[in-house]
Amino acid sequence: MGHTLSVRQLEAWYGSNQTLKGINMEIASNHVTAIIGPSGCGKSTFVRCINRMHETLPGSKVKGEIILDGESIYEQDPVVLRKMVGMVFQKPNPFPSMSIYENVVAGVRLNGMRNKKTLQDIAEKSLRMAALWDEVKDRLNYSGMSLSGGQQQRLCIARALAVEPSVLLMDEPASALDPIATMHIEGLVRQLKEDYTILIVTHNMQQAARIADSTAFFLNGELVEHGPTSEIFTNPNDKRTEDYITGRFG
Amino acid sequence: MNDIFRKYQNWLMLIVFIIATIIALIPLFGVLGYVLKNGLSALNIQFFINLPKAMGLPGGGMANAIVGTLIMVLIASLIGIPIGILAAIYLTEYDRHSWLSTVVRFATDVLTGIPSIIVGIVIYTAVVLKMGNFSALAGGLALAIIMIPLIIRSTEEMLKLVSHSIREAGYALGISKGKTILKIVLPTAAKGIITGAMLAVARVAGETAPLLFTALGNQYWARSLNEPIASLPVQIFQYATSPYKEWHQLAWAGSLVLILMVIILNLVARFAFRSRSI
Amino acid sequence: MSKQYKLTASLGDQILRLLTLSMAIGVLVLMVWMGWQMFDTARPSIQRFGLGFITSRVWDPVKEQFGALPFIYGTLVTSFLALLLAAPIGLGVAIFLNEMAESRFRAVVGFLVEMLAAIPSVVYGLWGIFVLAPWLKTTVEPGLAKWLGFIPLFQGTPVGFGMLAGGLILAVMILPTIAAISREVMAAVPNMQREAALALGATKWEMIRVAVLPYAKSGIMGGIMLGLGRALGETMAVTMVIGNRPDILASLFAPAYSMAAVIANEFTEATYDLYLSALVEIGLILFGITLVLNFFARLLVWSVGRGPKGGSIV
Repeated sequence: MGHTLSVRQLEAWYGSNQTLKGINMEIASNHVTAIIGPSGCGKSTFVRCINRMHETLPGSKVKGEIILDGESIYEQDPVVLRKMVGMVFQKPNPFPSMSIYENVVAGVRLNGMRNKKTLQDIAEKSLRMAALWDEVKDRLNYSGMSLSGGQQQRLCIARALAVEPSVLLMDEPASALDPIATMHIEGLVRQLKEDYTILIVTHNMQQAARIADSTAFFLNGELVEHGPTSEIFTNPNDKRTEDYITGRFG
Repeated sequence: MNDIFRKYQNWLMLIVFIIATIIALIPLFGVLGYVLKNGLSALNIQFFINLPKAMGLPGGGMANAIVGTLIMVLIASLIGIPIGILAAIYLTEYDRHSWLSTVVRFATDVLTGIPSIIVGIVIYTAVVLKMGNFSALAGGLALAIIMIPLIIRSTEEMLKLVSHSIREAGYALGISKGKTILKIVLPTAAKGIITGAMLAVARVAGETAPLLFTALGNQYWARSLNEPIASLPVQIFQYATSPYKEWHQLAWAGSLVLILMVIILNLVARFAFRSRSI
Repeated sequence: MSKQYKLTASLGDQILRLLTLSMAIGVLVLMVWMGWQMFDTARPSIQRFGLGFITSRVWDPVKEQFGALPFIYGTLVTSFLALLLAAPIGLGVAIFLNEMAESRFRAVVGFLVEMLAAIPSVVYGLWGIFVLAPWLKTTVEPGLAKWLGFIPLFQGTPVGFGMLAGGLILAVMILPTIAAISREVMAAVPNMQREAALALGATKWEMIRVAVLPYAKSGIMGGIMLGLGRALGETMAVTMVIGNRPDILASLFAPAYSMAAVIANEFTEATYDLYLSALVEIGLILFGITLVLNFFARLLVWSVGRGPKGGSIV
């Protein structure tokens, strides 16, 4: 089951540059929430705050509070937190030194799981959920780098799912892929919301409209508007949202 | 007119650079040719299985020197490679841009330029004088000090080639930074790190100066690591500067073996592990 | 609510970090320790002879008289001779490989030049004793004496073993260093510079002269200084061909001695403390010189690696 997230007065800096300026947002469980906005609006920083990846960058700083399922994420060890909050990156990044199988179970295995049977079950289950099993089941020992770009990205999704997170962050997961691979990923996202709370950053508004239950519009480090996707796209409250989605700027 | 002059000038300079390259390669083929010619005629099975014999007697070999070199290179690798890799991990993974890392990096570069005989002196005063005797351990330690900066620099280069997104992928899976480094980043750079280590091994295998007064040399088998031990380069030096013809021949044979070791290490390192892209 | 959050790290992580940190600091400690160790051992000699150590020409262990000038002289003459020969050739090789050769040819020749650096010093020495020195004695030195004998450098009996042999062998040994560093800094010159020159109608050589060399100049200087550093400290090959006589003579044919060579030859024979101390002081001087030289050489090479300095588009 996915968890709810509530974000309170979240501020983030990178160097002297404030990238998030007091975000308040409630994110429903088992929903797909899309984050849209022009480049540099802070949407990537926002999702990277949720699994505390932003803090790993030198010169970064965070203030505010994020509550995951009733508990502050800042009270937790970030390493433990990241097992609950999975992430898929813009560019597929399978581990080059590992096979397909090793990639999928990397998170579980490096955290101490040794039982071979269990690992195999996890690998199959995760690859099935990522809709990649049928394509790779005969070559699990091949290098992860031998797959096509779209397959690599689904491998990365499987790898994130194998850790059994409750929240899945996706930072423009299809922006480096061709249309067919993009379609695969979008179909996958719709299925995965049965079990996960999904946040997806995208600069592609059609994509947000296709897959998201609710959509949040970020501008200059502020959350301008957040509501059901259909409302944001047909009847936005804020003039700036309307300008953005009708293509008048950004 | 002017254009024609420029064209000829261009050709002339091209020819000058080609000649420079040819001149540079003459000594390589000169040395390799003589070592091959003189070394092959002196090389036989006895060379590999016998101990050195007294001057004038035929059938002497360098078995102990070959083994001695292998032992000391092994000691040096066991000390130098882990230290070098760990230091390189600090420089790339923990503190890439701090002043400390810059200073350490700079010191590493400077250390690679320190004459190897200096290392011999230091180990002599610090280890040989304290322990009271020359030893394989002292020799291996001297070689390790020469290896460390080489390993640091090559490992650092290779770790820098590993994309940052690979590290982020590790963190995002809830894998700790330490495990990400050891189980994901290092294996990704492994080929390059091994290449660098092999080149460093090739480099110290031929070192003579740091062994002269640390390992000293030995006409017999060393019975422990705490005894003087023979090595190929030192043996070659002693035989080459001796007045006996038989020993000169052995020096050529020893040089051939040493050069083959070094060149094979270089070739394997460069071609078997060539792929540097990550 | 406005506190700044810190990352925590597990025990294993902290151990790894401390371990790698201590190794990195260990490199600094190693360098300082090496200097101190030698200074400590050299102290009796430093106190006894003071500055006279580097100005005295007398090296007589029997009478406990130690002056390092002959060794300093031999080291400097052979090293500068080597530099004179190796710098232009090394630079020529670098230009040829980087700017002119086709890529397959470049890989092969580049590898061969690197092999020049891989041949152990003692093997060069062996070749020097049995091939180079006899050739110098019978062919080169008589020829030089005949045609250039009016210069004191080329006077005297041809011996073979002497400063000329030492300088030549050093030239071979430092050439790969100079070539490799020059290639590295020339490769760091942005292609834009080259294209700008070519677009203005420059020939290849003109492009190299106006766009590549000025840009890479300080790095090439650094490479030459690194070569010099290597020549100053090179031990075995020089020991085997320089003749090992602590004299200061003008002729390049004459046997001489170098700092590294006297350490290599006499260290294990140093029967009393002052003798050993004097040898270590020579080592300390060598350490100091190469340290300073490498320091400035690396500064020059680093400055090129970090971005444009001097040199501009035509």
